[in-house]
Amino acid sequence: MTTDFDDQHRVIDRPMWSARETSEGDQELSLREDTDAGALGREVGAVLRLEDGKVLDPSQIDFDRPDDETMIINMGPQHPSTHGVLRLMLELEGEVVLRTKPIIGYLHTGMEKTGEELTYVQGATNVTRMDYMSPFHNETVFSMATESLLGIEIPDRAIWIRTLMLELNRLSSHLLWMATNGMDLGSTSMMIYGFREREMVMSFFEKTTGLRFNNNFVRPGGVAADLPDGWEDDVAVICDTVLARSFEYDDLLTGQPIFRERTEGVGGLTAEEALALSVTGPLLRSTGVPWDLRRSMPYLAYGELDFDVIVGTYGDNFDRYALRLAEIRESIRMIRQIVEKMPTGDFRIQDPKVTPPPRGRIDASMEALIHHFKIFTEGFKVPEGEVYAAIESPRGELGCYMVSDGSSKPFRMHIRGPSFVNLQVLPLLLRGGLLSDAVACISSVDPVMGEVDR
Amino acid sequence: MTEISIGALRGVPTTAGAGVDQIAFPDRAGYAGVIAGIKDAAFEMLVDLCAVDYLGHPGRTLPDGVQPERFEIVVNLLSLSAKRRVRVRVQVPEADAVVDSLFSLYPGSEAMEREAYDMFGIRFAGHPDLTRILMPDEWEGHPLRKDYGTGRVPVQFKEAPGPR
Repeated sequence: MTTDFDDQHRVIDRPMWSARETSEGDQELSLREDTDAGALGREVGAVLRLEDGKVLDPSQIDFDRPDDETMIINMGPQHPSTHGVLRLMLELEGEVVLRTKPIIGYLHTGMEKTGEELTYVQGATNVTRMDYMSPFHNETVFSMATESLLGIEIPDRAIWIRTLMLELNRLSSHLLWMATNGMDLGSTSMMIYGFREREMVMSFFEKTTGLRFNNNFVRPGGVAADLPDGWEDDVAVICDTVLARSFEYDDLLTGQPIFRERTEGVGGLTAEEALALSVTGPLLRSTGVPWDLRRSMPYLAYGELDFDVIVGTYGDNFDRYALRLAEIRESIRMIRQIVEKMPTGDFRIQDPKVTPPPRGRIDASMEALIHHFKIFTEGFKVPEGEVYAAIESPRGELGCYMVSDGSSKPFRMHIRGPSFVNLQVLPLLLRGGLLSDAVACISSVDPVMGEVDR
Repeated sequence: MTEISIGALRGVPTTAGAGVDQIAFPDRAGYAGVIAGIKDAAFEMLVDLCAVDYLGHPGRTLPDGVQPERFEIVVNLLSLSAKRRVRVRVQVPEADAVVDSLFSLYPGSEAMEREAYDMFGIRFAGHPDLTRILMPDEWEGHPLRKDYGTGRVPVQFKEAPGPR
């Protein structure tokens, strides 16, 4: 086994690629006549091995259905309502979905491999592009893993700034979800409203970090910059406006008979199924499991905030809608407390090992210039070890498993994307439902394909 | 972090780590049994499963009695009732990169094991649908292995214009 990496660059032969057909081979949903009973049972969700009566009994599946009564259709890649480049192969009988198989990987760009090529300083720019709807969560989990390996504690103000940004980001992510979910169900007004409110949060991000998303704001050791002057007023305006408008959503959707008809009792999930399929986040809470890492395993400043963990009852699409709407209000409640409690002090750790010198000193001191140059070219060395850090992203448990070999680049950087895992629940949600409800179910899972494929 | 007493971890080398109650290092033969025992100790959820290729690593800290191998499967388990985490790291030799699938214990491991297979070429015995998940079906090699160089697409530059 040779370990000389540099000489082994793969050269991708382009003409061959373009000539190939687009089939995904064995990854695709197979025809019913080619599928054995076990595989069929798995695809209809009969393998969860839960107590009797809670899931489909494999013996009750009609395996001997003549094949010409069903058809397999492709939904996506690139169907507008698949929230990215997701492809679903659906086996239909008339309008009823029998089996589903998600086929993913169309957005795979090898970001975990890229993460091994970038230093810890550069790493945040990479992970922030994974879940592009909640970039701050990605940066934070990466920074928390790095800090845990380094064994450093960040200053209070950095902790609170991070908490503020995470909650604002949850707000913007849920608002975008409200918008797209509204559109998937035919309510274009909701889409316009959701985007309108999200834009306020995005403007604040732009003011604070310079970018609307992919911010690279949270970095190992703290955050990149302090909050801008007058941030309290901006945040107060966001809170007041979004809270007031969230009651307009109630008028628009929550009590609306058509919306309720289309969401209540559709895409039901039980707590047992959710736990068996490793589902986290709003999907798990909608089944009635009060599991929220912010409460159960507090990180950053969440232990000092007063908030409620919202749970659902039936685990259907309406519960997931109502839960996210309630989480928007809880986030606003938290943001208001954060504004009250924001401490003064440094926004990043004053450890020359991980923190570059302030801009002002670079012009005055040669040592500071060298120091700055070293940090951004070589990075800093991180002691050998491995760590798993996890936070609650708007979609569920976002984890970062990091292995360090003592150099300035992660030896292995694995992101546990909640969307990637939650996507496994789709065959179960869609089974027996109508094709038109499939769109609503995909939306209620809230997958972000950048995170699924990484 | 307090040590937790899980019957299945008796005799298995363990260490402690940041943010996790225990890290267990079972051998490959006992891996599925240890996970089953942990599941019985009210660890309801398999949160994460990933592989690590330790080729070229200068040396990792392992407890006594654990023989380092090239690959490692890392499983993060979560107990919602006890609010605890346990991590299981199992060594997988390069020559025979096969481990038992956890699909029958935790069906949620399906996509994660497919990803580990796709990216590292580690096979999971008993997995119902061990196909590639992120890469195209006909892709050669397993990209996250350390001896798989980063990709390069040939770029054709036009000839530089001559001096004017």
